[in-house]
Amino acid sequence: MALEILDVCVAFPSGDDRPPVAALQRINLNLEEGEFVVVLGASGCGKSTLLNLIAGFLAPTSGHIELDGAEIHGPGADRSVVFQKHALLPWLNVRDNVAFGLKLQGWSKQERYAAADKIIALLGLQGFENSPVYELSGGMQQRVGISRALACDPKILLMDEPLGALDALTREKAQELILNIWNDTRKTIFFITHSVEEALFMGTQLVVMSPRPGRITNRFDLPFSRRVLAGQSAREVKASADFISLREEVLSIIFADEEAA
Amino acid sequence: MTDHTSLNDKTKHRGLLGFFARMSRDRPKKPGEIYGVPGQGNTLVLSLVTVATLLFIWWLITALGLVKPLFVPSPQAIVLKFVSIWSNGFTNTPLWAHTLISAGRVFGAFALACAIGVPLGLAMGMVPAVRGIFDPLIEFYRPIPPLAYLPLMIIWFGIGETTKVLLIFLSVFAPVALGARAGVRSAAIEQIHAAYSFGGTRWQVLKSVILPAALPEILTAMRVGIGFGWTTLVAAEMVAATKGIGYMVLAASQFLQTSTVIMGIFVIAAIAYLFDMLMRFIERKVVPWKGKM
Repeated sequence: MALEILDVCVAFPSGDDRPPVAALQRINLNLEEGEFVVVLGASGCGKSTLLNLIAGFLAPTSGHIELDGAEIHGPGADRSVVFQKHALLPWLNVRDNVAFGLKLQGWSKQERYAAADKIIALLGLQGFENSPVYELSGGMQQRVGISRALACDPKILLMDEPLGALDALTREKAQELILNIWNDTRKTIFFITHSVEEALFMGTQLVVMSPRPGRITNRFDLPFSRRVLAGQSAREVKASADFISLREEVLSIIFADEEAA
Repeated sequence: MTDHTSLNDKTKHRGLLGFFARMSRDRPKKPGEIYGVPGQGNTLVLSLVTVATLLFIWWLITALGLVKPLFVPSPQAIVLKFVSIWSNGFTNTPLWAHTLISAGRVFGAFALACAIGVPLGLAMGMVPAVRGIFDPLIEFYRPIPPLAYLPLMIIWFGIGETTKVLLIFLSVFAPVALGARAGVRSAAIEQIHAAYSFGGTRWQVLKSVILPAALPEILTAMRVGIGFGWTTLVAAEMVAATKGIGYMVLAASQFLQTSTVIMGIFVIAAIAYLFDMLMRFIERKVVPWKGKM
């Protein structure tokens, strides 16, 4: 058992004596250890709010969030976050960015550099250890962001649209990279995305959310990422009949939400 | 046929009309240049030409005797004055001593203002209680010209060195503190959240995210602040000073030694400019990432 979200509601106050806005309504979700849970939904469905709850940046209005049986009170190193952008520290080089979390946790320079260099190798960033991060391409910056979160060795990796700012080609490569890392490290991953194809391709579990009020409407078990890891090519998987039919099904759910709005 | 005439019309107006046409919409750029970047282009030549032209006009006016040296001494007279005061001194004090004393006042006040202003500004940005206490105080005195509260300072602190340094200190302090306070907001919320999600404490986040992110703004505020310091120098040296560049300028003006006044102005400008160059150099070394992420 890893993360448990029990009956969580979040209501944001709105001014002018209007009733509060229900951002999340009665969310129940379990993240089992080693799962790759993808959350998908139209904008405004509360998926980032959900991530902020798990990260501990936001307290639920009602309900509980527990990690291994202990209630979450605030952020902690057992739940590292990967952001879409703006999260790297430009005054540090690649190695110091990757080792940043370990430095905060009080590791000695030697220990944290050794740990960072292992992850830098895992993510294919060798040769760039001393480069300033602002000179890297967007794809490489995102790899630094993922390395940095992995270096902290969290129980859960929270990814908030981590590939949203990348171009389409870099994005597909990064998807496979994340899958391989997940396979190697067996981390529990909570992954937010806008892209239906990305969601189906990467997750073991798909959670579809709908806006107004933000809620979970559908859940699917996904077989596709395991097929990729078993050796099937990414393009083959994405072109397979069951992938396409599920994609259409999920798309129709999301478009129905958009029309209802 | 109409096409031809219109083409001819366009090529005909190369001169003034062409200039206006380019003012309203630029031509396509050459490869390697970017269309539409505001204010792009090298200005060094134009700046040098401007300075040279002004010097020439200045020299011409004085050489032709159009204005009395009492009002506008010639450029050569300024240089000669500099040499003579450098070797003989002004009111029995050599020029380097005047310069050193003034620089000591300004940089001393500047160092003090940075040492207090930067931490206080950061605290104002971080802690609402500190901001609540100091914001009205700083905002109250900041727009008041130093000359207005100079008499009060003399009554309180006398006519010694304290008043002079304090006056300069106050003029530097406000921009530095406000710059540091604004700099607190420079860190992206994602950077701060990332640090907390890796287990950082508030103190660690301040030290390793908010402070480095604020550094560019703090350095800019220091550059602005030292400018205010030089501006206030002359006011500070109006009171019972017997040494200093500001004193030299004021005293010389009373003896109608216009060349000494202008020479003093150039000395202040030169020091201020050199220090600004130094600050820009430090900026490039310390925050090479400024504006890049």
